[in-house]
Amino acid sequence: MGFVYPQYEFRPSADSAAAQPVRHAVVVIGAGPVGLATAIDLAQSGRRVVLLDDDTSVSHGSRGLCYAKRTLEIFDRLGCAAPIVAKGVTWQVGKVFHGPKQIYAFDLLPEGGHRFPAFVNLQQYWLEKFLVDRALSLPNLDLRFASRVSALEPHADHVGLDVETPAGKYRIEAEWVVACDGARSPARKMLGLDFKGRVFEDRFLIADVRMQAEFPTERWFWFEPPFHEGESTLLHKQPDDLWRIDFQLGANADPQTEKEPARVIPRVQAMLGPDVAFELEWVSVYTFQCRRLERLRHGRVLFAGDAAHQVSPFGARGANSGVQDADNLVWKLCAVLDGHAPAALLDSYDAERGAAADENIGHSTRATDFITPKNAAARLFRDAVLELAPHHAFARRLVNSGRLSQATHYSASPLSTPDIDVFKGGPAPGSPALDAPLKDGWLLDLLKGGFTLLAFGETAPELPDLPIAIAAISEADDPQRLAHQRYDAAPGTVYLFRPDQYVCCRLKRFDATAIRSAYARACGKEM
Amino acid sequence: MAKLRDESGFADADAFYAKLVEAHRDLDDAASAKLNAKLVLLLANHIGDIDVVDEALAAAGRPVR
Ligand SMILES: Cc1cc2nc3c(=O)[nH]c(=O)nc-3n(C[C@H](O)[C@H](O)[C@H](O)COP(=O)(O)OP(=O)(O)OC[C@H]3O[C@@H](n4cnc5c(N)ncnc54)[C@H](O)[C@@H]3O)c2cc1C
Repeated sequence: MGFVYPQYEFRPSADSAAAQPVRHAVVVIGAGPVGLATAIDLAQSGRRVVLLDDDTSVSHGSRGLCYAKRTLEIFDRLGCAAPIVAKGVTWQVGKVFHGPKQIYAFDLLPEGGHRFPAFVNLQQYWLEKFLVDRALSLPNLDLRFASRVSALEPHADHVGLDVETPAGKYRIEAEWVVACDGARSPARKMLGLDFKGRVFEDRFLIADVRMQAEFPTERWFWFEPPFHEGESTLLHKQPDDLWRIDFQLGANADPQTEKEPARVIPRVQAMLGPDVAFELEWVSVYTFQCRRLERLRHGRVLFAGDAAHQVSPFGARGANSGVQDADNLVWKLCAVLDGHAPAALLDSYDAERGAAADENIGHSTRATDFITPKNAAARLFRDAVLELAPHHAFARRLVNSGRLSQATHYSASPLSTPDIDVFKGGPAPGSPALDAPLKDGWLLDLLKGGFTLLAFGETAPELPDLPIAIAAISEADDPQRLAHQRYDAAPGTVYLFRPDQYVCCRLKRFDATAIRSAYARACGKEM
Repeated sequence: MAKLRDESGFADADAFYAKLVEAHRDLDDAASAKLNAKLVLLLANHIGDIDVVDEALAAAGRPVR
């Protein structure tokens, strides 16, 4: 079954008839993957949230494609992973070719005992549709389509927003604004913020091709394939018998001509062979940038997703990192709104996700430089690496067709309490939780209720008067022992998790005072 | 602290040099450049110490920025 674009209705908001601008706690701008994730998380945490989008449907074109394990775990916490995984194409093996020959293969999740796969491929319109379905099921979430933010006015205690709709313009106010309005971010421009970084000149042709084909469900990347002389090509499988093909075109390609079916069809035919029948579903020619806002927080306006940082597509880090921004930000906003934390906690969003943006931009820039060498020397080394790779393991590690998105470890986070006890493994403070199969369900299911103390052993400790949930894993709960192994845990070991399932602190033996101070630190009380 | 070896590392330094030049004898510029690139990658990985590589790059005349 192919995709039918939903048409969401514009409904005038009562806010437009109010005599005074109505004040909201949080307004999210942009219902792409990141704005939707942000608003869903806020709403299911019991917050009322307004989500404004200038459009009445989902992503035009398939765009974002590969969703990483950590992102799927976040979607699971947000109550919408099931349809995404069911519809998507699951994969974990990548193959890299040089000319006609395979030079190596990699497996992104070689071990078992994880609920979610390494990656799921799904066209962005499907992803957004599932997220909108979830958003519309939440009574606290006020999703307003055809509502374009046309002005942002920051004040000391609120932000004013003008909203333009088919029925006219109205003004609202927000204590906090999350700007998820995409790479061209009008919000960024309204605040006059620079978006600095590198612009890459190479053009890429991206085509969604409908066909019945026997390629395995793997990521295939060719350097200098025989069917596309001198450039590179990437192939991914999507649901609905669609295949995503990316052709590198070089810097001098003309974007208009290259989009013509008369140009695209022979390229695809050369790749697939003369006998394969296919149809073009979507074609686009793009260049890309790697750049970021210097700061992700500007007073009461927080930037997330492509509005805050942009990467090349190699590594699938765009939507994946944006959803992780949302995951990082929402619990902090809630803690500030609840009075559990000072507003300074929001600066840790900038510290943690700014570091993540740098990491993502670093990986994505290096991959792009490898795929599109910038001078003769860079090309010489690139080709030397590719020629050595089939015979030398070290050279395979240098081949960079994109380092695929993984969760960022916040190793320098101001919110983490460093280890005192000796751990020989397990997620360190600042690292995300690792999943593991338990007798009844999965470990991450225990970490969906805000701050959580995970205690290994027969009896769970008590933490009266702290808003921390307690979860216990006994030896009997862990018949495969994978939870104990992955956390280097013995009876008595405890891990304190933040609501985004990152470790704040861990101890070999429970100590209420230590947990209390780690909790205070995680709430930004020492920033 | 300098880690890059400065004194000769080979028992027979002349033999090493002859072998290097000999390898390039029948190569055109492109093939010779490719051979050198592979050689750099193989040897740098064998050394496996980013500080040594860094010092070698500086000693080889990497422009100072
Ligand atoms: C070819 C291609 C391939 C990609 N592949 C991947 C991949 O495999 N994996 C991956 O993770 N990412 C991928 N990406 C990146 C991914 O598409 C983006 O990172 C992602 O869409 C960012 O989400 P976002 O919510 O931040 O922004 P967007 O999806 O751009 O959403 C922004 C939203 O804001 C709305 N908006 C804009 N201005 C206003 C306004 N003034 N008022 C109200 N609403 C407004 C827009 O209508 C839009 O709905 C790819 C991108 C491209 C182009």
